[in-house]
Amino acid sequence: MTTDTGQRRPSTAPIDDVSVRVRGLTKDFPLGGLFSRRSMRAVDNVDFDIPRGTIVALVGESGSGKSTVARALARLERPTAGSIVVGGRDVLKTEKSAASRRYRGTVQMVFQDPFGSLNPAHRVEHFLERPLRIHGKARSRQEVRRRSAELMRTVGLTEDMLDSYPHELSGGQRQRVSIARALAVDPEIILADEPTSMLDVSVRIGILNLMARLRDERGISMLFITHDLASARYVADTTLVMFAGALVEGGESLELMKNPSHPYTQLLLSAVPDPARTVRYDPHQRALLRRAVLAPTACPWQGPDCSATVPVRHTIGPDHWVRCHLYAPQVSAAANPLLTDSDAQPDLDSAPDLDVAPAPTRKATR
Amino acid sequence: MSTTPILEVTNLRVEYHGDNRQVVAVNDVSFSIGEGEIFGLAGESGCGKSTVANAIMRLLKDPAEITGGQIRFRGRDLLAMRGEELRRFRWKEIAMIFQSAMNSLNPVMTIGSQMVDIFTTHEGLSVKQARSRSAELLRLVSIDPVRLDSYPHQLSGGMRQRAVIAMALALEPSLLIMDEPTTALDVVVQQEIMAQISDLQRQLGFSVLFITHDMSLMVELSHRMAVMHSGRLVEMADAELMFASPLHPYTLSLMNAFPPLTGPRVRLTGLSDSVRATDGTSGSCSFHVACPPDRANCSGNIPDLREVQPGRFVAEHPRTSIEGTAA
Repeated sequence: MTTDTGQRRPSTAPIDDVSVRVRGLTKDFPLGGLFSRRSMRAVDNVDFDIPRGTIVALVGESGSGKSTVARALARLERPTAGSIVVGGRDVLKTEKSAASRRYRGTVQMVFQDPFGSLNPAHRVEHFLERPLRIHGKARSRQEVRRRSAELMRTVGLTEDMLDSYPHELSGGQRQRVSIARALAVDPEIILADEPTSMLDVSVRIGILNLMARLRDERGISMLFITHDLASARYVADTTLVMFAGALVEGGESLELMKNPSHPYTQLLLSAVPDPARTVRYDPHQRALLRRAVLAPTACPWQGPDCSATVPVRHTIGPDHWVRCHLYAPQVSAAANPLLTDSDAQPDLDSAPDLDVAPAPTRKATR
Repeated sequence: MSTTPILEVTNLRVEYHGDNRQVVAVNDVSFSIGEGEIFGLAGESGCGKSTVANAIMRLLKDPAEITGGQIRFRGRDLLAMRGEELRRFRWKEIAMIFQSAMNSLNPVMTIGSQMVDIFTTHEGLSVKQARSRSAELLRLVSIDPVRLDSYPHQLSGGMRQRAVIAMALALEPSLLIMDEPTTALDVVVQQEIMAQISDLQRQLGFSVLFITHDMSLMVELSHRMAVMHSGRLVEMADAELMFASPLHPYTLSLMNAFPPLTGPRVRLTGLSDSVRATDGTSGSCSFHVACPPDRANCSGNIPDLREVQPGRFVAEHPRTSIEGTAA
């Protein structure tokens, strides 16, 4: 086990192999009224790379800040601090106020709700024609039609659906239209925010396979935001786990799911329904684990450590890191009470309400 | 689990009438739910599972029509109920948690006043009594009763879902219908809600009709389950037994529609997006291609369920032997 003592910088792959490099990304949302100085940190000092032609999954529960990361990358939110390097340029410095057309031509987003992201008053062709014309990918009427038909085939739809309205399509077909719309500008990077969570099981795999195909055939890099660990494992090369605004663990997807190391990753994985599971759900154990995870300052296994210092990244395997004091070199792995039984269990009665949002663990600055 | 059925659905048939075509959404479906039993109904969207739930609640409106079959609840004919009788019956005997339960709360009323409504309307309690009953209910689903004065937007998704469950249980129904109760929630919250339902069920002893497309989730919760495809039941058995050795190829496809969390990464094909019972041809099995070659072709219609082992039903043509399928 080695420790990344030289601050929190992850791998330093040459920038040429990286589509997106995010460093120190932080986003504070103001709280309270007009003159309030209070704010809530939704994303806290996040670093990651999306290597060219790979899918990186960002997993975490609702409210963990994963969508804010995607929205910052799509330039829909202005980050409080940090840098986003795309194509060798720090876009937050070069395009201060809003994204340039060039940026939009490189980075595209697919949203969660295919029922809300397509204007019901327009036919499918309209959604493809707009980006094609604005980005100068097609000029004449025939060319627009030809390119649109091509896009439809790429995402597994037929040309005659160009004349349909969104309400005539199923959820899966609508999500495919959203993907075709993103593809219209020939992007290098697609940000997919929960693209499958509103879809039925029957079409979910189809969308995931389409994402994998776009990566393999076109070399498109993707950030795949999801709370479904199984989907992340199925399609993503790398998985990053986000909790309360910070990345807590990351690694090659299969390895990470096989050896989840951060208590939060273990919590997430143990919550996935699995009839073959041998250990039955135990609300008492779960409450303990959740409390430990949700309130790191009171983590019974680390004492004052977590509150005193922010954990740094510890490398625990090739291509696998975790940010938790449990894995600091001076603590042996066997001392991890989450893996072994511990007498130091706090009593459940003082555990907080199960549904407390992660918000209290974040720093509310005044 | 007792063997006296609380709910018996016999040869239920529901049709939707369009301008120029009819769609048979539920075709000759029969099942029963025992006292205190959790019965799962699985299937992809459009297979008719929500229509079954709505038929039991008698919530179907034009253009949907129940054109055949019977629904009996503790021996009473549900389909014959009218007006006031039906109104008193709903919620008191059968309550339902809807698919987007989180959005089924009224955003401009506090949780408390919505719960108080149930008691004042159905049981004629005073507002004060109703409030104390509501507080009790919230405690039952581990929500602090101070939340009675909160508006729905002040609660997290999981809490809203718990509040909806509390409301469904308010009149102590004998049967609770849950239609995809956790679809919009993340896994951690989903697991907590499911554990809570399971706890409450043991405590209060009601029966559950649980509808979802997530087979793993269903097997964890249900005692017995059925799989529905194109308006027909294709398999019905003890939940763990079916999960361990599915007999119908469609059951297997539905199980494989979710990527696994262990083992090597294999490419899945999922279920077809295009084959849907939308053109009135419901009843044809699009899975006959997956059957062994000696199998009778089911493309014309999905056969009725046959009991191939005690308590194990599968829709396949009689001449096939069970050994041929349990692969």
